[in-house]
Amino acid sequence: MQVSYLLAAGLFVFSLRWLSQPKTARRGVAAGVAGMGAAIFGTLLHPEIVGFGWIAVAVAVGTLAGIPLSRVPLTAVPQRTALSHAFGGLAAGLVGTAKYTLWLGDGGLTPFRTGAIGVEVLLGFLTFTGSLMAAGKLQEVIPTRPITYPRQNFINLTLLAIAIAAGAWLVLDPTRWPLFPLIVGLSLLFGVLLIIPIGGADMPTVISLLNSYAGLSAVAMGFVLDNKLLITAGALDGSSGFILSVIMCRAMNRSFSNVLFGAFGQVQVAAAAGEARPVKSATAQDAADYLEHATRVVVVPGYGLAVAQAQHRVREVYDQLTKRGIDVKFAIHPVAGRMPGHMNVLLAEADIPYESLVEMDDINRDLPQTDVVLVVGANDVVNPAARHDKSSPIYGMPIIDADKAKMCLAIKRSMNPGFAGIDNELYTAENTLMLFGDAKAMLGEIAKALTGEGGGLGH
Amino acid sequence: MTGSTTEMGGLDLWSMLFVFMLATFVGFQVIQNVSRLLHTPLMSLTNAISAIAVVGSILIAGEQKTTLSTVLGTIAVAASVTNIVSGFLITDRMLKMFKERGPSR
Repeated sequence: MQVSYLLAAGLFVFSLRWLSQPKTARRGVAAGVAGMGAAIFGTLLHPEIVGFGWIAVAVAVGTLAGIPLSRVPLTAVPQRTALSHAFGGLAAGLVGTAKYTLWLGDGGLTPFRTGAIGVEVLLGFLTFTGSLMAAGKLQEVIPTRPITYPRQNFINLTLLAIAIAAGAWLVLDPTRWPLFPLIVGLSLLFGVLLIIPIGGADMPTVISLLNSYAGLSAVAMGFVLDNKLLITAGALDGSSGFILSVIMCRAMNRSFSNVLFGAFGQVQVAAAAGEARPVKSATAQDAADYLEHATRVVVVPGYGLAVAQAQHRVREVYDQLTKRGIDVKFAIHPVAGRMPGHMNVLLAEADIPYESLVEMDDINRDLPQTDVVLVVGANDVVNPAARHDKSSPIYGMPIIDADKAKMCLAIKRSMNPGFAGIDNELYTAENTLMLFGDAKAMLGEIAKALTGEGGGLGH
Repeated sequence: MTGSTTEMGGLDLWSMLFVFMLATFVGFQVIQNVSRLLHTPLMSLTNAISAIAVVGSILIAGEQKTTLSTVLGTIAVAASVTNIVSGFLITDRMLKMFKERGPSR
């Protein structure tokens, strides 16, 4: 059994290593599956397992639930991910609870074990409800706007403090079992309260953070069960989630505490009343003309592209332009979309080769030499106010410098400010033309206009 | 299994902490090398891997010590297996979509 665990731990590390490049990434998945298989096989040989009936039922149920969950449309991947963090947290919480009751029965509760169980249950159950809330917000079953009430942070932190204090008491006196359901209840409640004040735009960070918690709850389970494989795999997951959260926070120039306790989106209501600057708008035909005469085009996609399901239309425009020898790149802001890397997956689904997907820092160098920037459903990530307007809530956030290109075309439904409620001065800039309409329809028209001309040129 | 339970605290705690520290370190190193392109598949893959919690769940569900622990363990196995199955499948599905520039269009 230990041999299979050792093998599994090694395979997991290789799995993540191979994932670093698209070329070897699928080998990474195979290694992960092999590692998991080895671990499960090793566990089933364990002499303490007396009945396989329930395990078989649970495996069947899990498989039946897992297959449809793996077939969701890629726009729904963030929800699915949040949901799977919830399952991970739930499993940890339940195992912790089961172990507590077992050890309570046979006197096996040492302070160390109780402490580990406390951490496992706290992290597990708060990840469970927190991730359910996040999934609900992403699926828009729950309002995506931050839900706030007075003294929110004070109440949340008090609840957490009570839960930790109860845990500490339980460590000192492990058989005082009524404390245990109290910890469970508080963790579940805290998970809900922690996530409801967080707005949709902060979801990439929150998902990463919950990813980290889910991993850490698996680590705690490893400490409870004295299982080093669990500790290893959980630590890999925990560090991955942590790194992603740091990247997300840095990409928004915000700190963890600001994301968790800041409730973005309630500030900056007054500033919108400033003077209205003229907006220039254009038609799809105009846009097609400009694009056709460019030599370098950069597309900046945002969450709006995912909402409008416009990734395949973008591809049509991309095809038309590359056919003419025009260099087309996609500028991907780290927080574009609803989870880390979301945009890349959506564009890859539309068959756009990954060499054309460029990170923010790399593309910013090229933007001054770019003829046309096409902004599709992105807003805050191209707002120049982030560079100079100290009163703006997004001041200091690294952005894609769309305004530095020779010309900017922005597809947007209307002039309404975006999710965060912040005015975007890019839209009123000298060299910006607005294309008002649904992203999918507008891109379709542009593609059609390009096709028409292309056919005309050919004959 | 009961013989060693009371004396388990000392040395084992330290070796577990060592494993935790080293694994976290390896995790940081490996994950920092993952291209931003693949962050969504990364998250779904680590998700599937951390569903290794299935190992603990199987033990609890299979020991069948009390009804409560068996029920809790069984639910935990189902939750973990859901993550394993959907995590690996969706990661592979996403990775299949990442293509290099085709030879010709």
